[in-house]
Amino acid sequence: MAKNETAREIGRGGSKFRRPKNAGAAIARVFKYVSEYKVRMVLVIIGIIVSAAANIAGTYLLTPIINNYIIPLIGKQNPDLSGLVRILVLMGGIYLAGVIGMYMYQRIMVTVSTGTLLRLREDMFKHMQKLPLKYFDAHTHGEIMSRYTNDIDAMREMLSQGVPQLINSVIRVTGVFIMMIVLSPLLTLLALAMLGIMFLVVKLLMKKSSVFYKRRQKMLGEANGYIEEMIEGQKVVKVFCHEDAVKERFDNINSRLCAAMASADTWASILMPIMNNLGHFHYAATAVVGGVMLTAANPAISIGSLASFLQYTRNFSMPITQLSQQFNSAMSALAGAERIFELIDAECEVDEGSVTLTNVRRGDNGELVETAERTGLWAWNMQEGGNVRLKELKGDVRLENVTFSYDGEKKVLKNVSLYARPGQKIAFVGSTGAGKTTVTNLLNRFYDVQEGEITYDGIPVKQIKKADLRRSLAMVLQDTHLFTGTVMENIRYGRLDATDEEVIAAAKLANADFFITHLPQGYNTLLTSDGANLSQGQRQLLAIARAAVADPPVLILDEATSSIDTRTEALIEKGMDGLMAGRTVFVIAHRLSTVRNANAIMVLENGEIIERGDHDELLRHRGKYYQLYMGMFELS
Amino acid sequence: MIKKLWRYTKGYRVRAALATLFVMAEVVLEVYIPYVMKDIINVGIKGNAGVAYILGKGALMLGLALTSLTCGALCARCAVVSSTGFAKNLRQGLFFKVQDFSFANTDKFSTASLITRLTTDVTNVQQAYMMGIRTLVRAPMMLICATFMAVKVGPQLSGVFAFAIPILGITIGVLGAAAFPKFQRMLKKYDGMNARVQENLTAIRTVKAFVRSDYESERFCGASSDVRRAQVAAERLIVLNGPIAQLVLYSCMIATCWIGGGAIIAGTMQEGDLMSFISYIAQVLSSIMMIMMIFINLVLSKASATRITEVLDEKIDITDEKANKELKVSEGSIEFENVSFSYSRDPNNLTLKNINLSIKPGETVGIIGGTGSAKTSLVQLIPRLYDVYGGRVLVGGHDVREYTLDNLRDSVAMVLQKNVLFSGSIMDNLKWGDADASDEEIKRMCEAAQADGFITSFPNGYDTQLGQGGVNISGGQKQRLCIARALIKKPKVIILDDSTSAVDTATDAKIRDALRNRLKGTTTIIIAQRIASVIDADKIVVLENGQIDAVGTHEELIETNEIYREVYTSQQKGDE
Repeated sequence: MAKNETAREIGRGGSKFRRPKNAGAAIARVFKYVSEYKVRMVLVIIGIIVSAAANIAGTYLLTPIINNYIIPLIGKQNPDLSGLVRILVLMGGIYLAGVIGMYMYQRIMVTVSTGTLLRLREDMFKHMQKLPLKYFDAHTHGEIMSRYTNDIDAMREMLSQGVPQLINSVIRVTGVFIMMIVLSPLLTLLALAMLGIMFLVVKLLMKKSSVFYKRRQKMLGEANGYIEEMIEGQKVVKVFCHEDAVKERFDNINSRLCAAMASADTWASILMPIMNNLGHFHYAATAVVGGVMLTAANPAISIGSLASFLQYTRNFSMPITQLSQQFNSAMSALAGAERIFELIDAECEVDEGSVTLTNVRRGDNGELVETAERTGLWAWNMQEGGNVRLKELKGDVRLENVTFSYDGEKKVLKNVSLYARPGQKIAFVGSTGAGKTTVTNLLNRFYDVQEGEITYDGIPVKQIKKADLRRSLAMVLQDTHLFTGTVMENIRYGRLDATDEEVIAAAKLANADFFITHLPQGYNTLLTSDGANLSQGQRQLLAIARAAVADPPVLILDEATSSIDTRTEALIEKGMDGLMAGRTVFVIAHRLSTVRNANAIMVLENGEIIERGDHDELLRHRGKYYQLYMGMFELS
Repeated sequence: MIKKLWRYTKGYRVRAALATLFVMAEVVLEVYIPYVMKDIINVGIKGNAGVAYILGKGALMLGLALTSLTCGALCARCAVVSSTGFAKNLRQGLFFKVQDFSFANTDKFSTASLITRLTTDVTNVQQAYMMGIRTLVRAPMMLICATFMAVKVGPQLSGVFAFAIPILGITIGVLGAAAFPKFQRMLKKYDGMNARVQENLTAIRTVKAFVRSDYESERFCGASSDVRRAQVAAERLIVLNGPIAQLVLYSCMIATCWIGGGAIIAGTMQEGDLMSFISYIAQVLSSIMMIMMIFINLVLSKASATRITEVLDEKIDITDEKANKELKVSEGSIEFENVSFSYSRDPNNLTLKNINLSIKPGETVGIIGGTGSAKTSLVQLIPRLYDVYGGRVLVGGHDVREYTLDNLRDSVAMVLQKNVLFSGSIMDNLKWGDADASDEEIKRMCEAAQADGFITSFPNGYDTQLGQGGVNISGGQKQRLCIARALIKKPKVIILDDSTSAVDTATDAKIRDALRNRLKGTTTIIIAQRIASVIDADKIVVLENGQIDAVGTHEELIETNEIYREVYTSQQKGDE
């Protein structure tokens, strides 16, 4: 089964036929990327000019060939063909140059287009890594994913086909137009009239089709939405024997989609034959007008010129047809480019922190000395007026009057104050939406507080560089995410320079070693699609091992054991105790048994701490915690 | 593969044939135009036939162009109708097939992959089909007609084509054969790179928490460079096509001028003929370029077609063709006889082994076991979501395979662990259980599932709209709605697979109480993590590594079963 395409997200109605908001700006921006290949682009343009010029010149040569080297020789005995040979050799030379020019520009264009796409993708990905979580909250995965797939695809088409075709068409039309004027100004007027008609037709059809496209896109959205929902809920559909009802509804949507598509697509695809045949119209009209001109006593045109001109009418209408065809894909590519740039321009996570984290050891007099090795002893490196000051990392975390809202409206935390002394275990209890996870999100600055302050060993977290702050905290999140790679690599994600032995020790600590060694290739078992072959509980064990290998001073456990059955949880309890020993730990747990031995338990409700104390105190208090504990209230 | 997809063109074949006919007519007319032009030159001008003759021929040419335009437009319309129809049939075929999938079939494909196949892949194939009936007919037709006319106009010059066409044919063939695997390699690299992005999106918190942005960027750049390399390798081959085609055609032009020029001088050919011939060469050139373009697009859409046929070809492993259609489940007894089960149908990888279990109608049975002990696997065999590997499962005294799936599943309701609510009102969702259920009945079942209270507290009550997946209600509320939905089916057997994990213990107890008192006679199977949820069951099954470790009441198991005791004590610490 092809597993890889799981990564491909749904096109959400496809990227086609969207319009850019500001085409000019998008073009300028794309041009900037392409201009990295200045020399190559110059060569491409030269190649296109050579190829187009050769085509035009070759066609022009038909005039002298017929007029000067064939007609005068008609009926002659032993005609002198050397002139014809010479001009045909010239023609051959010109054509050869054209072919070489074409090969050159197409080949160079491959380098330019793939290189530009590479740069765009890398810029996009690197920038994406810097974006704040807010961005990922506001955009669905499918939306972001489609920039890497649909939008980049549209760009690829535009760069590798659209751009050379555009340059080619413009050069050809210009060149052909000049040659037409040279050959016959009168017939050129006819060509101009045809051009006007063509533009009118294109404009009319575009206007017509855009109306239908809106309906088509809407239907496509509806159909894709239904498909998505029903496939995601397919097992429920089966359990309720609801297949027939679902099929019936789908049939209805599908038929309406089909009708909308048929009318919209007709307008778009009718363009090509119409333009093509208008070209024939032009050809016929030219032949007639040219023919009538030739019958005049003193013709303003020769047979040879008419032959060339007729060829030019083809060369004139073809690029215009192509351009009109390219218009839709160019527009959608530019719309795609805009979305790509929107991501690249999105505001990065701000990081004005300057305090860094560093390994230290105790000097001879007990003072802290910076060191490169891993000592297990950490310090904050504070730059103060050029002087380095080291402050030992202890894990003293305080929240003072913190108020926070994700969207600027609904306050998720209201005036929360709490402290954790070094080595303490602080637990959060409360229902979904009470703000438990938000507290931890603020600690590692996934989001920034709006009011109040969080300090870490007395240093406001805003002054600490984000990367260093996060390295000092290890998180085990509610949803465990694993990466494509071996089990070993996944645990090592916590600390990239951990040895195999350290990884295995961490796995043993988390009680994951047992199931890992039972996997087909043990620690070298390859995990794919987010570890789909492991159970939720096993994945959580791996996440705990990952945090253990990171060996940080502060630990955040957000429902870290929610999917592990109570018996296994009891088994890993010792490991967890070992992991937590000597560290400041924040625990969010559903199961109250997990938080029982915390130094302090905070009961959160609607963003406020309504009770705090240790287990026994809270039970004596007979408040919300007591009710929860007795199973009188529902969590989650 | 094409044969398989061809079936889905049904109902739109006439249009497709019409499209083909229209495009053929268009080509013939188009090709005929330069032939008429020849007469203008040869007869009208050189033969001094006069302006009237030229105008007559001109009118003919314009008429031809107009007819050709009409044919082209009609072809476009027919092609669009037949290709959208084809897409409709294909989408329907896929969707219906997926609806017929058993759980085992569904497990093989990921949800995201199935959705891609039904959306993007269908669109790709649709476009390829449309191109097929228009361009794929048009280009070769043009090639043949233009060649034919050229030979007719200048038989002396036909040698030129005899030389050029085979060369072009071989070039396209060789380039195509060489490029195909390279394009496939490129697509594979593409998938690999996209998988990286997807992974980073879902795991963004993990990446940020461990400060691994640079590490991830490095890995992505590696994958991205791989894509570029594969792309360059594939496209460099394809760009050879244009120049070669031009080289051959330009050679033809020169040869034509030389041979044709000689023939005109010798008096065996006229200027008009040469001019038409040259026009035909241009038409041949453009048709060959077109063939190459289609080729690339077809290669790209072949991957989509393959993914679609994979779904269509998937063998449905659970069917009820041999079932007795009249047989209904008469009572809720359940019997496992020596059942073994494997997801991979591999005797060395059994998920369940030697299961023997007997449940009487109306009994309440609890199932306890650690993560991975196969609790869910066990109960999924009852509504025949999967088939047993060995032994048999009986419901109401008959093997589950004797019932039709509809009859069986109507009587055996299961509340899944990963449950889903659909967009629509709460009422719409509840009616999934029974479309004909009366409002009073629905309310009664919601009361039993302890859902009526919170539903009526919503401003719109039962008409409250749920977002996709029931996003706007809490986890516990969702679970209770799911239970109510299952109860409305009035099943003989109800299975709750960890369905109250987000519900507080007090409400959990009320639900169990309601099941016991209000739905007397309904066999109830409860999978739970909490001992409290099964403590008052008639019997409790302890599962361990796919085998039944013990069966008994709470009191018996506390005495005799070590595992049960361990689970109990591990929870006692918390829930004294």
